[in-house]
Amino acid sequence: MRWLLTAVALVFLAFFLVLPLVAVFAQAFEKGGAYFLAAIREPDALAAIRLTLLTVAIVVPANVLFGVAAAWAIGKFRFPGKSLLTTLIDLPFAVSPVIAGLVYVLVFGAQGWLGPWLIAHNIRIIFAVPGIVLATAFVTFPFVARELIPLMQAQGTDEEYSAVTLGASGWQTFWRVTLPNIRWGLFYGVILCNARAMGEFGAVSVVSGHIRGETNTMPLHVEILYNEYNIVGAFAVASLLALLALASLVLKSIVEWRQAFLR
Amino acid sequence: MSIDAHGIRKVFGAFTALDGVDLHVPQGKLVAVLGPSGSGKTTLLRIIAGLEFPDPGSGRILFHGDDVTDIPAGRRRVGFVFQHYALFRHMSVLDNVAFGLRVRRRRTRPSRATILERAHRLLELVQLDGLAGRFPSQLSGGQRQRVALARALAVEPKVLLLDEPFGALDARVRKELRRWLRRFHDDIQLTTIFVTHDQEEALEIADEVVIMNQGRVEQVGTPQQVYDRPASPFVYQFLGNVNVLRAPALAVASRGGGPAAQAVSDGRIYVRPHDIELTPHDEGGPGLSAIVRHIHAAGPHARLLLEQVQTREPVEVEISRSELSGLGLRVNDLVRMRLRQAHSFEEDYAI
Repeated sequence: MRWLLTAVALVFLAFFLVLPLVAVFAQAFEKGGAYFLAAIREPDALAAIRLTLLTVAIVVPANVLFGVAAAWAIGKFRFPGKSLLTTLIDLPFAVSPVIAGLVYVLVFGAQGWLGPWLIAHNIRIIFAVPGIVLATAFVTFPFVARELIPLMQAQGTDEEYSAVTLGASGWQTFWRVTLPNIRWGLFYGVILCNARAMGEFGAVSVVSGHIRGETNTMPLHVEILYNEYNIVGAFAVASLLALLALASLVLKSIVEWRQAFLR
Repeated sequence: MSIDAHGIRKVFGAFTALDGVDLHVPQGKLVAVLGPSGSGKTTLLRIIAGLEFPDPGSGRILFHGDDVTDIPAGRRRVGFVFQHYALFRHMSVLDNVAFGLRVRRRRTRPSRATILERAHRLLELVQLDGLAGRFPSQLSGGQRQRVALARALAVEPKVLLLDEPFGALDARVRKELRRWLRRFHDDIQLTTIFVTHDQEEALEIADEVVIMNQGRVEQVGTPQQVYDRPASPFVYQFLGNVNVLRAPALAVASRGGGPAAQAVSDGRIYVRPHDIELTPHDEGGPGLSAIVRHIHAAGPHARLLLEQVQTREPVEVEISRSELSGLGLRVNDLVRMRLRQAHSFEEDYAI
């Protein structure tokens, strides 16, 4: 019975996870390595890669900052509105990414609430890089905070209080006691946040405007190439994304293994 | 340094943790704050440390006569040891102890070498110098407790505050460590307050015991004073076993003299199990008749469960094992009880 269940699980995994992954790489290299390289080196593809990396470089540090601050407040303090804040942090998980993108269009778009003011001051958010960054930040906001809140709650506040009675200031307590205690959880949250920030499609698709070489991120570029029947090109860029996802997973399991080992 | 608390109140939502507490701890004494859980003892300790603050306008905390109520914990120079030690889990034992010195401002911070030397000296003091490189997770409970103590002492506190210092240890280690704490206190002579719910612990090592109940101080005194002359029924029942008898019983027990407490017509009488004397029933004389229901003779003393004939109340009696064999008692025998010492509390009339 156990053997049967294991076999079922493995077959399922092979069909739904391994096979598509293999297919991505197989398709990407279908016409040989040279073609693959050419597809990646193409200017629009390079622009998409650059934009994705830029978005990640802005979004991940920002979410680390917000996530740590929110988790610190929720995990270590009692204040009115705490449960409301906890619920709000989960909002991006509950809302469809497309809706998230549309909300930004409604606020910042040409016909949106702030649209006329933005146009008057020549600030472009929708169909430009700032919109992509905002939408990505919204969708990936919960990852760091969600990872840290239970951890900080479980660790309690005694160590912080100890540091305070020993004369440490608030900053010293944070840098020397709180942060080292959450470092692996934080790293884990960063990895997840990073993976999602690179791969986000729905919200970004709504605010991007799909301008080639300007506002296309990697997932958007893959879609365009695919719709143009450039299968090898699409899969070449997709394989890069898949590679990044695999690297994230490897890092994540190293972190998990380390945590288990330390305990 | 002496510590005073005047009229401290602290309310958490609908729960009154402290309801006007006054406390005086003389310089250099080891004082136990004793009470059941929820009595407010830990809250009081945290307020003295500056980790919590009394409700606005309610009371003051004085250290050596100076008002420190509004001074934050970091500047009160208190050493605080938490119930679960709260060691910094990512630091070695040595780094834990050195923490308080390392976070000082550059102006007052000792040199690196001095910090290390002092940390090692403190670890020697708590007999743990061999474990300086270990991490807290690699230590036993008793060792962690002593590291926490060394860490608290590193900042040269003027007061030491211990929250249930032995609460998380097993019984044998707990006994060893509390005797060690007593000797340690005699050596360093630092004003120390420790919170506990264990009356045996408090009575054994404290110079003075403060008994708390429901956010109030019930009684303050030396261990002997509070044990022998409890100020309230609560204290009587909290400090060791006690039998509660209805008053008419006493009138009979003390008739014809014998050392007995003042008779109360309709109150309750508190008697400790070892303050009851047993004599053979057919000898006659004053006393109460009781039937032996159970004899528990394992251990240094024999514990007997009696049933008083008149009121059918259960009574627990503790006598030496030689007395027991002298009396030759068996289950269901009749026996006569006399109360050597008993208390009644006027305010405890209502039943």
